[in-house]
Amino acid sequence: MKRFALLLAAAAFALPALAAPKKIDASKSYIRFVSKQMNVPVEGKFKTIDGTVDFDPKKPEATKAEFEVDLGSIDMGTTEGETEAKRPLWFNVPQFPKGKFTVSSVKSTGPNKFEAAGALTIKGITQNITTSFTLNDAGSTRTVEGQFTLKRLQFKIGEKQWADTETVADDVLVKYRFVLPL
Amino acid sequence: MNYTERFTPTAIALHWIAAVLILGNLAWGLYMVSLEFSPAKLKYYSWHKWTGVTVFLLAAARLLWRLKHPAPALPAHMPQWESRAAHASHILLYVLFFAGPLTGWLFSSAGGFQTVYLGVLPIPDLLGKDRELADVLKVVHRSTVYALGGLIAVHAAAALKHHFIDRDDVLTRMLPFLKPRPPAPPPTVLPPTP
Repeated sequence: MKRFALLLAAAAFALPALAAPKKIDASKSYIRFVSKQMNVPVEGKFKTIDGTVDFDPKKPEATKAEFEVDLGSIDMGTTEGETEAKRPLWFNVPQFPKGKFTVSSVKSTGPNKFEAAGALTIKGITQNITTSFTLNDAGSTRTVEGQFTLKRLQFKIGEKQWADTETVADDVLVKYRFVLPL
Repeated sequence: MNYTERFTPTAIALHWIAAVLILGNLAWGLYMVSLEFSPAKLKYYSWHKWTGVTVFLLAAARLLWRLKHPAPALPAHMPQWESRAAHASHILLYVLFFAGPLTGWLFSSAGGFQTVYLGVLPIPDLLGKDRELADVLKVVHRSTVYALGGLIAVHAAAALKHHFIDRDDVLTRMLPFLKPRPPAPPPTVLPPTP
């Protein structure tokens, strides 16, 4: 009985150590985006991001990961643009302050290359997206880098007069880097 | 004798095209910054930048042309301080023709918006995105183009003064259609009235 309790205790300690979800190091991670305004690429980023990742490159199918973006932390270089981006026609930040990405599956596509599929929720709209990323383990950190193209109109990012894709293109390239402890 | 040589037709054409574009772009710039943020505003900013690039190219073309075809001499009746002021203001005008578009381009780059001439020709960014620098450059660009606008007003007032007060050919020699005044006839002596 005593031995069983000990075993249970050991298991309780050992299990989280084996598959512990890890928080991203927000100071070294980023989520950037490139939109095209009048055919001119304009880059921006979100300053406040968070994520929890449970990922084993040997068992990618068991991945669990969730990312959250504080949409109000948008940084576009100009205050005028940021004020506009938070308004109802764009992100509607007062009503939908966070964007969320929940990974549903990850598969290996090559050495240190993977493809993730998951549900992206922005402005109360959820769409399935896929994104390919690379993995780079160095020292005590793991760096995940990738990108995907988001169709902004699928999420109603830019409604009414802003739905015009001649001024702001529908395709927005999202580039991300997540740094995790190993 | 007030008659002076005219500017070349090329110089006249470039002068007036530049005048229309510069004054137009000044007014356009003032108008667009007053607008609410909208897709139209983004478009208008692009047009303003394209016009600015054109103004820069025209200024370069005019400068090159002028080096090969010197401007006709100023009328001899002008006092020395006036000719000096005229030359200085023309040099300053050219400085501002270049400074206006250049500061606008730098301001745009610092704001994170590359200038793509006519939507097809990307002009490299000299500066990276830098919000504080952009705020400074905004003031620099505005001051530069206000100075340009002010100097153009002085330039135009001086041209009108030459035409209507001094009654010389300084204005007409830059006008495409008006003929220069004929040489002043010798003063006629009226016969004494009986």
